[in-house]
Amino acid sequence: MNLQLVSVQQPAEPERQADARPFIDLKNVSLAYDGDAGALTLDRVSLGIGLGEFIAVVGPSGCGKSTLTKLVTGLLPATSGEVMVDDKLVRRPIKGVGMAFQNATLMPWRTTLRNVLLPLEIVQPFKRERRRKRVEHRARAQAMLDAVGLGAFGAKFPWQLSGGMQQRANLCRALVHEPKLLMLDEPFAALDAFTREELWVVMQTLWLQHRFSAVLVTHDLREAVFLADRVVVMSQKPARIIHERKIDLARPRTVEGSFDPQFIDIVHELRGKIIEARS
Amino acid sequence: MKPSVRTRMYRQAMPWLLAALLLACWQLVSTHSGISHAIFPSPGEVLLAFKRYSSPLTEHALHTVITSLIGFFLALVGGVLIGLAIGASPFVYSGVYPLLVAFNAIPKVALLPLFVLWCGIGATPAVLTAFSLAFFPIVVNVATGLATIEPEMEDVMRALGARRDEILLKVGIPRSLPYLFAALKVSITLAFVGSVISETVASNEGIGVLMMAASSRFEVSLVFAGIIVIAVLAVAFYGICGLVESRMAHWAFRARGGQ
Repeated sequence: MNLQLVSVQQPAEPERQADARPFIDLKNVSLAYDGDAGALTLDRVSLGIGLGEFIAVVGPSGCGKSTLTKLVTGLLPATSGEVMVDDKLVRRPIKGVGMAFQNATLMPWRTTLRNVLLPLEIVQPFKRERRRKRVEHRARAQAMLDAVGLGAFGAKFPWQLSGGMQQRANLCRALVHEPKLLMLDEPFAALDAFTREELWVVMQTLWLQHRFSAVLVTHDLREAVFLADRVVVMSQKPARIIHERKIDLARPRTVEGSFDPQFIDIVHELRGKIIEARS
Repeated sequence: MKPSVRTRMYRQAMPWLLAALLLACWQLVSTHSGISHAIFPSPGEVLLAFKRYSSPLTEHALHTVITSLIGFFLALVGGVLIGLAIGASPFVYSGVYPLLVAFNAIPKVALLPLFVLWCGIGATPAVLTAFSLAFFPIVVNVATGLATIEPEMEDVMRALGARRDEILLKVGIPRSLPYLFAALKVSITLAFVGSVISETVASNEGIGVLMMAASSRFEVSLVFAGIIVIAVLAVAFYGICGLVESRMAHWAFRARGGQ
């Protein structure tokens, strides 16, 4: 499951050569929250994520999937083990990571366009250049909105948008500064089924364009299989990785394709693993 | 006329209608109850008092407005700074908050003799009393606005690499603005209360002084005039705060204004 095993599972694909050394590398990472009297939330998790790889993490609810995203980004320090990003040990929050949660957390006092501009006011080198390149930055944010079909809504406030549109804007904000890493913590969970499927396609398009590394935490196995290169199944608390499944379905994947037997089989297989984990 | 426009007109007319009704009741009671006009004047007599004493009323009212506003602005600056400190740091919160509650529980009239001892009679104790009353709501509300930032919002900012001051500037302060304005509306009226209390005890100028002087000369209609002046001023400044609020934090009113 660690570095070596990952490379065994991903045999010599020529375009994946660059992935031999993972971009993100969790080595035997455990985590116990302060209040839990030493009870582990994560138990010796080892996971490598390649540059430009899309990982989905699934598992029983409350098993610590969200905790994993916070560990990777350095928002939480590991109790033991090492988290390496780009060959550097993570000690504090790493900068410039895109994040999107179930709750869109857009700022109600900013217009949608200015919400998307937010990372450019914080992340370098954009922050340094933001006075000089104001027009350029706005054009960049506008292009993101155009790409997700929100081009005409930049001047609207987030609370004037529907839930699905807010989540699109949220993705724009998470990606506008072209992060190398995107963390998605159940970003589509609160949406209705059709909107959710629409956004899978949007997400996949963005990923195919920008090829960032992504970690998606989700309850939805179809979502995991649709979006991910590799699905990681976690156990009940204390969470360990109990299964990894490479998804080698061709891209771009379509919503219709998610009803193909081949696709459904993978979903069933994963579902079986999670039922095992729950019992 | 569209029904929505009509309801809005009714709604705007309501306070005036109610005030007129109260005035009518007042007139009825003063003419029919048999209470001596020397202690309970009719609206007409109060109006006469307004006419007769218009220039001292304006002069003293202006003084009260100035002391109240100075106290209010001091409370605004101090309250925002301390509120930000308390809201941003749990450490400061646990240390300062209990003391603030204790300070707020002290009746400010009890502090007045001290203020007078320290600063003498005049505008300064009035400003201090106005400040001490107006201060607390601002601190509490600003701190609440900061303390209730969604953790996800903070995570997004931290993951982007934002420093603490950037999070405060881009999330904390805008988010606590509606809370601040809610507090300002309360504080401005409390500032008037503070000034007038202080004036009645230790000043040579201000509406409070005028009222004390009038009542010692049994000019009750002038006392009533003073009360009305204070009430109107408070409502006016409350309205100004409300206007600024709807300009600065319009996004917080989306539920009422519709989309």
